Amino acid sequence: MFLRLIAAAALSLLAAGPGSAQDADAPIQQLLQQHSGIIQDSSRRTIQPAIDAIRDSGLPRAQLVLEKWAAREMWLDEETGLFVHAEEIDRDTLRIFDFATGEEIGEVPDDTYDQLKPNSGIRGLINSALVRFQLSDPDPANRLSALQSLERNGNESHLSVLRDSIDGEPDPAIRARKERIERLLTISFGATADERIAAMEAFRGDLGVDVRAKLNPILTTRTSAGAALPEGVNLARELTPGTDITESEAYELLVSEGLAPARLTPDAQRRTLQDNIVGGMVGGVAVPDLRSPAARDRAYAALVGAGRAEPAATNAEAARAIEDHVFYETYVETDAAVTGAAEDVLTSIEMTVAMNQFLDLSLDALSLASIYFLAAIGLAITFGVMGVINMAHGEFIMMGAYTGYVIQQIIPNYTVSILVAIPVAFAVTFGAGVAMERLVIRWLYSRPLETLLATFGISIALQQIAKNVFGTQARPLTSPGWLDGAWIMNDVVSISYIRIAIFVLALVFLAVFLFIMKKTRLGLETRAVTQNPRMAASMGINPDRVNMLTFGLGSGIAGIAGVAIGLYAKVTSELGSDYIVQSFMTVVVGGVGNIWGTLLGATMIGFLQKGIEWLNPSNTLAAQTYMIVFIIIFIQFRPRGIIALRGRAAGD
Amino acid sequence: MTRRPFILRNPSILIFLALLAIFTAAVTLMSEAFGTAMISTSFVKTLGKTLCLCLVALAMDLVWGYCGILSLGHFAFFGLGGYMIGMWLMYARTEIIVTESLANAAIPPTDQEIVDAIGTQIFGVVGSSDFPPIWAFAHSLPLQLLMVVLVPGLLALVFGWLAFRSRVTGVYLSILTQAMTLALSLYLFQNESGLRGNNGLSGLQNLPGVAASQAVVSVWFLWASALALGLGYLLCAWVVSGKFGSVVRGIRDDEARVRFLGYSVEGYKLFIFTLTAIIAGIAGALYYPQAGIINPGEVAPIASIYLAVWVAIGGRGRLYGAVIGAALVSLISTWFTGGLVPSVPLGFYTIDWVDWWLVLLGLSFVLVTLFAPKGIGGLFDLVSGRFAPDRHGADYGPDKGSLQEEEGRG
Repeated sequence: MFLRLIAAAALSLLAAGPGSAQDADAPIQQLLQQHSGIIQDSSRRTIQPAIDAIRDSGLPRAQLVLEKWAAREMWLDEETGLFVHAEEIDRDTLRIFDFATGEEIGEVPDDTYDQLKPNSGIRGLINSALVRFQLSDPDPANRLSALQSLERNGNESHLSVLRDSIDGEPDPAIRARKERIERLLTISFGATADERIAAMEAFRGDLGVDVRAKLNPILTTRTSAGAALPEGVNLARELTPGTDITESEAYELLVSEGLAPARLTPDAQRRTLQDNIVGGMVGGVAVPDLRSPAARDRAYAALVGAGRAEPAATNAEAARAIEDHVFYETYVETDAAVTGAAEDVLTSIEMTVAMNQFLDLSLDALSLASIYFLAAIGLAITFGVMGVINMAHGEFIMMGAYTGYVIQQIIPNYTVSILVAIPVAFAVTFGAGVAMERLVIRWLYSRPLETLLATFGISIALQQIAKNVFGTQARPLTSPGWLDGAWIMNDVVSISYIRIAIFVLALVFLAVFLFIMKKTRLGLETRAVTQNPRMAASMGINPDRVNMLTFGLGSGIAGIAGVAIGLYAKVTSELGSDYIVQSFMTVVVGGVGNIWGTLLGATMIGFLQKGIEWLNPSNTLAAQTYMIVFIIIFIQFRPRGIIALRGRAAGD
Repeated sequence: MTRRPFILRNPSILIFLALLAIFTAAVTLMSEAFGTAMISTSFVKTLGKTLCLCLVALAMDLVWGYCGILSLGHFAFFGLGGYMIGMWLMYARTEIIVTESLANAAIPPTDQEIVDAIGTQIFGVVGSSDFPPIWAFAHSLPLQLLMVVLVPGLLALVFGWLAFRSRVTGVYLSILTQAMTLALSLYLFQNESGLRGNNGLSGLQNLPGVAASQAVVSVWFLWASALALGLGYLLCAWVVSGKFGSVVRGIRDDEARVRFLGYSVEGYKLFIFTLTAIIAGIAGALYYPQAGIINPGEVAPIASIYLAVWVAIGGRGRLYGAVIGAALVSLISTWFTGGLVPSVPLGFYTIDWVDWWLVLLGLSFVLVTLFAPKGIGGLFDLVSGRFAPDRHGADYGPDKGSLQEEEGRG
């Protein structure tokens, strides 16, 4: 109790004390007093003169005032009418500072202080006034953030400020950026047409999205109609009804400009007839007869004759009205030289953009191709070399991906876990492949169709087991930090590091495959067993063992592919079945039994799919549909794939 | 020597038809609508659907078991048949609803207004209201019934012509048919396909203009399915009997040899492929009104593979085998996935059959393929004593590569 009394007494002393310590005659305070009314009024419509006055005052404290104001830290002393900035210590107490000196005045209760609360509109105005100060701020970070806000919503007033700040800019990178933004702002707000055109020309062939965002509004057009082409406007083009603009759109334009009467819509006709039912008749036609459009027209014509309905334009009249008028687009921008230059520059930009988009699309296609190649390379061994149809191949990919997921649960470091996951995934799927070959496929070598069915049985069992163990929701397989992000060449062309890694992995696999098949004992024996098992056996090769190892190898590679695919796609139990048909297609299109064929097949399918997607960007499903149809037709012409084996190696 | 009548040469037909008739009569007498109500309407529907699945399995057996074409696309034809009848069912039913609601308007609607309103009703879910061109015949039942036959038939004809002409055989053909199925289902999944994208067609269980309850309608469909199955069985049996059937089986066993004998292998294959596609389409047209809904998921490649699984388990190369396989596996599947089978507690883990049924099916399928390639139908051989020709261990033909007796039995 006692303490509180003392505190209250001390506070009242403080409140009485510091008020007088403030310098009411300082220039900045006087300026604020001058505009005190509108500052307190705090209305977006009237505030501008106050902000301008502070900004243009040239006073060293102007920036501080604007910053504090925008941050809602400016308070008004109701007793003296002076402005201060303050920090709230707790709910009832303020620590106030003098604007003129920046010195702390003291701690006071907030009863007699009124906080100024500029709304977001006013804060926007204050911030844009602050740009002048920020652009020459000694801290480069502040200058950059000011430039950022200029990029988003720069206006006419910023142009001169920006120009003034360029000469004094010490940092070359920021200076270049300032110059670019200056040109961008000049395009929109330049004083003369020549100035604006010069700014546009500087951007010829530039890929930046910001440039296009500035140029496109200049080319905004408005469609209108009239008896003849108007003089003295910036005409974009004349529209021919039927080709540039549909007849009905053209007529609607005429109607909206009051040049022609509205055509009768079926809805309007029905409403009018409905309003004029008299004793079961409308215009001399019985209501039940109105079922046919002809009867409705007759009834409506009768109503018009009786003066109870508006005459509506007939089709012939509408056609004549369209013929009698011209339709044209005018630029909103009035200067033809500016729009001409904008169009010219935009065309040059679009050419460059198109070339870069082609490059980007090619990179996308290449990365898709490497994914297909990765998914198919295991099949190229089991199906291509051994001739075994393994419908569970997709499930081996899935097993590899889940192995990666499980390893990540055990080893938290992403880099280490991926490096561990790759050999473990290989080991797991190698084991699964060997087991499957031993238990099932071995007995079915002479019955390929039944191999297909039996491995399909294994595939549904594996898929369901994965679903039971890991659940139906997608599991994440997180890539290491150094694979995050993308390699950005410019605003159009970029490719993520994961895709590059997958591409590299595909190349590595190709090399490994070639090495094993051409340079190792296992490869030699595999090729021998594939071509003629009896002959190979009589040469001392154990065909059973070779088949087992080869199948295991193919399955193991599928497991590694699973880790790679899991990195960029979600790991679900259906991961494998998403790829199985495409993988078989890749091998079949490329040519069975030839790794280069598989590579070509994957490349072709990847580029084809991206190409179709580019033609019809909204629809990936349609792209896949058309791609499969294309493949079916392709197989008509090259039933044995792009690279067909010839001679004895071709087998059957 | 005079040929005995067709039926007498194939006693299994009589047995099958008699069993089918007894089954249908028994279900009718136990149904809610016409009998003692011992089995629920939904189970009558399940049985009716099973009969349709038997019919499509019959088609699969004809094309795979007799002609050796492992088609992984016949469920796509089945689905297409369903879509075709579904279009009419949906159109006609919406037409009735729309006409009723517009009848209260002050002015009677014109035909165009009715069609527009139907379009808004049907395509509202995919954000459209215009009828795509493929719905041109949807207003007419006879035309749409014709489409049930024509659409799967023409697709099979064109696809088969392309595939057989370029001599795509064996597993390549299987993969190609699977790709066709995948393409079709991906196409149907798009809203732009004009068949309501992944919403599919729904409300098909309501027959437009029929006041009878679902209990009665379900028995009607059971009859229709049984009739279709009986006729389909007769047709398939007739096709595979006689000289034509011998050529078809010859193509299965050694295509090149049949070709060298001067037969047009492609023609025979194309005929069988198209015929079975049509049968599959008809089966689908009977199935989906009982199921009530069809969506692109039904056409997915996996469904066609299950079809092959049924036929393989039932025993391919014999028509009743396909019927047994389809009926058995689909009914057991319904039983297991319906949660009716008690779980097996293992102490550390409880086997819930809803989750583990597919694993069981997959593994038993592998076992059947490995150890009982003749499937369930092979059991009948024990009764009838019908074994493969007994050559006392010699090979079947003069050629060195011809099948040994041991292999031939397998």
